[in-house]
Amino acid sequence: MSHTRRDMIIVDDLRVRFGSHDAVRGVSFRVPEGSSFGIVGESGSGKSTVMRALAGLNDLWDGYLEIAGMPLGRGKPPDFFRRVQMVFQDPYGSLHPRQTVDRALSEPLLVQGIGDIDRRIRQVLADVALPAAARFRYPHQLSGGQRQRVAIARALISEPSVLLLDEPTSALDVSVQAEILNLLADLREERKLTYLMVSHNLAVVAHLCPWVGVMSNGEMVEILSAEDLRAGRTRNPQTTRLRELSAELG
Amino acid sequence: MIGRLFDRAWLLSDSPQSRAQAAWGRRYRLWCDFRANKPALYGLATVIALLACAILAPLLATHDPVTQNLGQRLLPPSTQHWLGTDELGRDVYSRLLYGARVTLGMVLAVVVLVAPIGLAVGCVAGYYRGAADVILMRVTDVFLAFPRLILALAFVAAIQPGMTSAVIAIALTTWPPYARLARAETMTIRDADYIAAVRMTGASSGRIILRHIMPLCLGSLIVRVTLDMSAIIIFAASLGFLGMGAQPPSPEWGTMIATARRFLLDQWWVPLIPGIAILVASLAFNLLGDGLRDVLDPRQG
Amino acid sequence: MLVEISGLNISFPTPHGMHAAVRDVSMTLGTEKLGIVGESGSGKSLTARALLRLLPPAAVTRADTLRFDGIDVLSASEKQMGMIRGRRAGLILQDPKYSLNPIMTAGDQIAEAWRNRRKGSRRQAKEAAIDLLAQVQIRDPRRVADSYPHELSGGMGQRVMIAMMLAPDPELLIADEPTSALDASVQAEILKLMEDLVSRRNMGLMLISHDLPLVGHFCDRVAVMYAGRVVEELAAGELGQARHPYTRALLDCMPSLTHPRPRLPVMARDPAWLT
Repeated sequence: MSHTRRDMIIVDDLRVRFGSHDAVRGVSFRVPEGSSFGIVGESGSGKSTVMRALAGLNDLWDGYLEIAGMPLGRGKPPDFFRRVQMVFQDPYGSLHPRQTVDRALSEPLLVQGIGDIDRRIRQVLADVALPAAARFRYPHQLSGGQRQRVAIARALISEPSVLLLDEPTSALDVSVQAEILNLLADLREERKLTYLMVSHNLAVVAHLCPWVGVMSNGEMVEILSAEDLRAGRTRNPQTTRLRELSAELG
Repeated sequence: MIGRLFDRAWLLSDSPQSRAQAAWGRRYRLWCDFRANKPALYGLATVIALLACAILAPLLATHDPVTQNLGQRLLPPSTQHWLGTDELGRDVYSRLLYGARVTLGMVLAVVVLVAPIGLAVGCVAGYYRGAADVILMRVTDVFLAFPRLILALAFVAAIQPGMTSAVIAIALTTWPPYARLARAETMTIRDADYIAAVRMTGASSGRIILRHIMPLCLGSLIVRVTLDMSAIIIFAASLGFLGMGAQPPSPEWGTMIATARRFLLDQWWVPLIPGIAILVASLAFNLLGDGLRDVLDPRQG
Repeated sequence: MLVEISGLNISFPTPHGMHAAVRDVSMTLGTEKLGIVGESGSGKSLTARALLRLLPPAAVTRADTLRFDGIDVLSASEKQMGMIRGRRAGLILQDPKYSLNPIMTAGDQIAEAWRNRRKGSRRQAKEAAIDLLAQVQIRDPRRVADSYPHELSGGMGQRVMIAMMLAPDPELLIADEPTSALDASVQAEILKLMEDLVSRRNMGLMLISHDLPLVGHFCDRVAVMYAGRVVEELAAGELGQARHPYTRALLDCMPSLTHPRPRLPVMARDPAWLT
């Protein structure tokens, strides 16, 4: 990995326990500014747990986490949530069913005390290519792809530098998936964003992320570049197996 | 603005132009669903009619509800006294109208007291879990453990019989189920991704509960409260019947039955008429609640 | 022919008039594996459900032919349909969590399905259930037979579901996105298992999915649906030579592990595809 840029995300020996179950057992990686890191693994491998700890949604962890120069502890720095945002897997479950798009987008601004709400909402809707007419719709009036655009807009509106993407396209049709992946690539370019993406789909992760970490049973068994993954230069048998399945069925 | 509320196209627009239009559009769709349910519509109409009777009692009444006229005791219905007179010669029709004020007033007072308490306790317990949950739910259990009527009677007897203490007593025994309901609802909502997304805005727990969780619990709570209204009416009437509610000469429906029960065999209309009023009011609230459940809480329908 | 469908139309009433969800669909199925592929809302699940008459009550169904093994589904009595559903045709849904009875053990559920078609004692049914669990390659069938659905993983639950559907020895298996809730490795195992069982038992398989390459991998023929119509039907091996622009776009817009592209092509939906 390049060391000329500063690291936006540092995860060092992260451990998460749920009761007597070790969900994450000593995971470490770094993501430089403007780069993207993907975590792949099967369900229960602990990949989402790593992401939720970084998002500040779970405080039961040990180790060292740092995002955008801010070490994470029990209490979060006041502007933590301005710098870090998350896009969830299921666009049907990540939007409040009784709130319009407008309300979902204005909430972060109201909480963070950011003004100029009307202009920012119009701007961010344009950025994620949603029609202005969608602004006052409820989630049930939107398609799956539109909902995921709203979720991305909500994450972007407080202008974060790090975006955590939890399976952002796995609930979408493939044609919509392509649109969302292109949108995410464009936004990274325009806004100099750093991504951490979790997915079970190797092709999706390799498409967006130059570096990929493979998790199995709570451990990160291998970190390799997307080129090595594509070319089959894998060292860990788990990585090899996942790659073969993906190449066979893809 | 007001005129637009009758503009169907404006209400059903797929791309509303403002928050108000979106909110009214949602309400209009709910109303359309509700309107399709005929019994619920009858329930609503009856409830409105009852409330109108209560509010307009001074205009609709033909006599003073408390003026006694011992020369005209226990008269059957006539053109003079539409629903007859009671054992003290008071006009039953007028007493029924004023009684609606007392009975419905008590019910509304109970609801205004109970719903916010239940909602707040349930949401807080469900959201924080842990110690807050244990403490609040044990308190709830204590109230649930007592037989309702006995707890209410003990409370009223300890203070002093009357409308205020009856309202407090009913409220005291009615809130725990709402707290349980709101807690269960909150537990399922709090782990949803959309709440995680709100937490990621940095919002405080209070803001999350108040602005994001409570509005979602409100639907099932309204349904439950409406369905319970009939129980509360009967409960209030029972307390009145037992002499622990509204005190004579105040024309509460339950008290009216209680004082007239001696005449059940000979002058049956005297206790029967307030009984019918209780029946109609309870039934109306029940039908209304059923309709609201279908609209607001489709999962249980 | 096991399944004959021609001129199938399904529509739903909406506030703005009738909405046609399936339009003039025709297909046939013998003892082979047919994949139906399309995006959400393309009508692929509705088509399969119409065959078992499992559509929501509001749906209006019209068809020139809609036959299961010669039985006209639209005019069949409820009793005849009961004979088809669950006995002669099995339906496997996406998430076993919602299709299995949570308060019955897996073994009892399979045994009940078995007794639906055959006469036999409880003990025989139980033995048959364990045998079926072994057939869907569960290593410890006796333990799994005594487990409740919540004690099973997603892949295991889906195997139980398949065993339950196979219990009455059906002639047709309809699988509606049977593996999209599962991990890739489990997904491959389940599909291979279904493919194998279907070929061995000489059954028909209707595999409904949004994943075109996956379906191409496991089926003999693929029907591609778009906006309620079958836009193209072709042999699975000929996916590479698909003619309809929608089929091609569907294959093209997926990111590929082995052939990286800086930007994914976006599907330009031609209104002409609708006609």
